[in-house]
Amino acid sequence: MGAGSRDAEVVVDVHDVDYVVGRRAIFNGLGIQARRGRITAIMGPSGTGKTTLLRLITGQIEPSRGTVQVFGRTLAGLPQRELFGLRRRMGMLFQNGALLTDISVFENVAFPLREHSGLPEPLIRQLVLTKLHAVGLRGAAQLMPAELSGGMARRVALARAIVMDPELLIYDEPFVGLDPISMGVILRLIKQMNESLGITSIVVSHDVEELSRVAHDSYLLSEGKVVASGTPEELRASNLEVVRQFMEGIADGPVPFHYPAPDYFGQLLGDSVAGGSR
Amino acid sequence: MSLSDGLIVSGLRSIGAVSIFLGRTLAQIPGSLLRPRLIVHQIYNAGARSLIIIMLCGLFVGMVLGLQGFDLLQRFGSEDALGVAAALGLLKELGPVVGALLFAGRAGTALTSEIGLMKATDQLTAMRMMAVDPMRFVVAPRFLGGLIALPLLVAVFNVVGLFGAQLIGVQLMGVDPGAFWSQMQGAVELDDVTEGVVKSIVFGAACSLIAVYQGYHAAPTAEGVGLATTRTVVNSSVLTLLLDYILTARFL
Repeated sequence: MGAGSRDAEVVVDVHDVDYVVGRRAIFNGLGIQARRGRITAIMGPSGTGKTTLLRLITGQIEPSRGTVQVFGRTLAGLPQRELFGLRRRMGMLFQNGALLTDISVFENVAFPLREHSGLPEPLIRQLVLTKLHAVGLRGAAQLMPAELSGGMARRVALARAIVMDPELLIYDEPFVGLDPISMGVILRLIKQMNESLGITSIVVSHDVEELSRVAHDSYLLSEGKVVASGTPEELRASNLEVVRQFMEGIADGPVPFHYPAPDYFGQLLGDSVAGGSR
Repeated sequence: MSLSDGLIVSGLRSIGAVSIFLGRTLAQIPGSLLRPRLIVHQIYNAGARSLIIIMLCGLFVGMVLGLQGFDLLQRFGSEDALGVAAALGLLKELGPVVGALLFAGRAGTALTSEIGLMKATDQLTAMRMMAVDPMRFVVAPRFLGGLIALPLLVAVFNVVGLFGAQLIGVQLMGVDPGAFWSQMQGAVELDDVTEGVVKSIVFGAACSLIAVYQGYHAAPTAEGVGLATTRTVVNSSVLTLLLDYILTARFL
């Protein structure tokens, strides 16, 4: 089993982070930890800044306050060379795959190897084919990214993310827009990467059901904070209203159905100026 | 602050931003020279794929030059000098300027929209996440490719243009072919050729820089890429003509 114990080494430590864009606070005292060898799920309604969190963890942006540590190094102020050094130890799966569209599937997976490893061509070929085989797309090696379906593109992106044998793998909304079969495939691959290779994984998603089946730890974000954390079972047993609303998919609750708006009747009757097109 | 002050400040600011971008690009050039295949591919993209339009336009520009030049010179009874007029006009002015304008429209827009779309589809971010700097892998090779391609395209433009002028002047209007070619050989100096070559290199650098800068800084949306592409054509054209005046004044 690749799953480490609960007090395993902390690989990603987001500590008391604020992130402010303009006057809007996206995060306010956010704290999240991902431990070695475990799958950490980060869930939350759309618009809670899940993707922003990933950009913080990967050092694409810096927090307004607080620290983000990855592999024990604080990311803020790190020179590009050292940041790139850390990134070679992580893989990231983008929501849309983000494959390079002007080169083939094979070359996409080979890209990090060619840039960093300096390995001879036959070895690169073997590694690429092995990784493509692991995601079931060895036969698609010569296709161009435009010829792939959404699910296939994401599997190729996964092969590319693991080709450098990362210690940390980050998934950004891996289930969005997939049919049930592709979703099952991705889910199985996430589990497999973790169990057989021991890769520490962070999965950001709002698909509660799918995530609960693979995650060891989960965090539920809402309004820039962690509102609940623990195992998926603990989350499901929670009495907190916002947790129940999210886990059970209730339309209205602490997370309101309506975007803030002036009084409904007032606006319909033309008293309010806001939103009127007079 | 008046409107003109605002314009000056924002103008200075964008000149500063482009200069910093140029510095970052130049810093990546040694690294991208280690990947000659990328650069060759970009020379093909910007150069070989623009050949048809460059040759076609070169032919027409040369033909017009032949007609207008003949008409003008005939009034002074010196139509034998048509070869000199066409050669100097093409080498020093029309080749580099028209070549650069066509280059901005054909290759510059392609560069901008390509980089802009790569940005919009997270490809540039994905590269950074794979610890590859897109400045080195995407921007520098395209800049170099354009810089190398334009002078070559201008050379082709000049050759085809001269052929066009000859076609009209000699074949149609009956200028003596011996006089046409020998006067051209006698009158065109090395300095004239140098002026054209320097201009085409400067224009190539300017147009390529604007194209990659606009693509790299495009807003990652359909609208943003469209706007960036428009700006590439407008800025490249204005800058080319401005630089042309400065360089001409410097050489004369």
